[in-house]
Amino acid sequence: MARWLLLVLLIPLASLHANAVIETYEFSTPELEVRYKALSQELRCPKCQNQNIADSNAPISRDLRAIVHEQLEAGASDEEIIVYLVDRYGEFVRYRPGVDNNTFWLWSAPLILLLMALTVVWLQIRGDRKTSTVESNEARARELREKYGEASK
Amino acid sequence: MLLKRFLPLGAFLILVLLLVRGLALDPTELPSARLGKNIPPFNLPVLDTTDMRGAEDWLGKPALINVWATWCFSCRIEHPYLLELAEQGVTIYGLNYKDEPAKASQWLVDLGNPYSETVVDQNGEFGLDLGVYGAPETYVIDAKGVIRHRHVGVVDEQVWREQLQPFFEAE
Repeated sequence: MARWLLLVLLIPLASLHANAVIETYEFSTPELEVRYKALSQELRCPKCQNQNIADSNAPISRDLRAIVHEQLEAGASDEEIIVYLVDRYGEFVRYRPGVDNNTFWLWSAPLILLLMALTVVWLQIRGDRKTSTVESNEARARELREKYGEASK
Repeated sequence: MLLKRFLPLGAFLILVLLLVRGLALDPTELPSARLGKNIPPFNLPVLDTTDMRGAEDWLGKPALINVWATWCFSCRIEHPYLLELAEQGVTIYGLNYKDEPAKASQWLVDLGNPYSETVVDQNGEFGLDLGVYGAPETYVIDAKGVIRHRHVGVVDEQVWREQLQPFFEAE
């Protein structure tokens, strides 16, 4: 039963790497093709918002893929291609945008939240220890009083 | 302790504020990366002619650059309002984007021509330099050719009044 459940839960994962390749480009070296794949995974389609340009068949994504291909073949570095596109479409085209005024909170939020969480945990632990010591002392005292009566005081 | 008791409520209220703000944001609204910069250089033919135009030809007065194509459904919707604007004396340059020039000429014959001139960007190169990602898009340029605003989607009276017109009054 548990095994079946696990299998069912795994089904959605199977589609994670099914990338829709829309057109194929010829590359002079396999190394360029690897970089093309990495870049087109990491560049975001400006039109469709939640797709990278590798997965999207919007006309603009087709254009951007053509540019990535063309510039790779022309010998541009990954950074040069990204800068070229960011100049035109803004940091929005990157799934990993650089740190600037707009994206500062995006980048720092995980750290800030982690620190907040650690603070809360720390406060809880400290609080717990304090109250539990007091409580157990009181409980113990009550126990002893009951056992020996007030006389044994 | 009073503070401790109200801490979760405070955190919750801050979260609510952020979420409400998030609801009011339009994720499709992308500020153009070209804002505050000059129109990128281009050299494109004017529709139906062999004349060429460049960025320096569009200087001197604030104007709209309207990116359109005959394959673009929303362009048909905004077309009547563009005609109205042109009639009011607003300078509109047309950028016929990734279209067939013959179809584009026919479109202007059939529906009227709001553009003081239309340049043909058949393979979308100038569009790419501008950061166009679809049609219709409308850019506001000032007299010095600096891009002041970009509106994605149909221009109607409300868009004109609230987003575009202020740039024309300031001049």
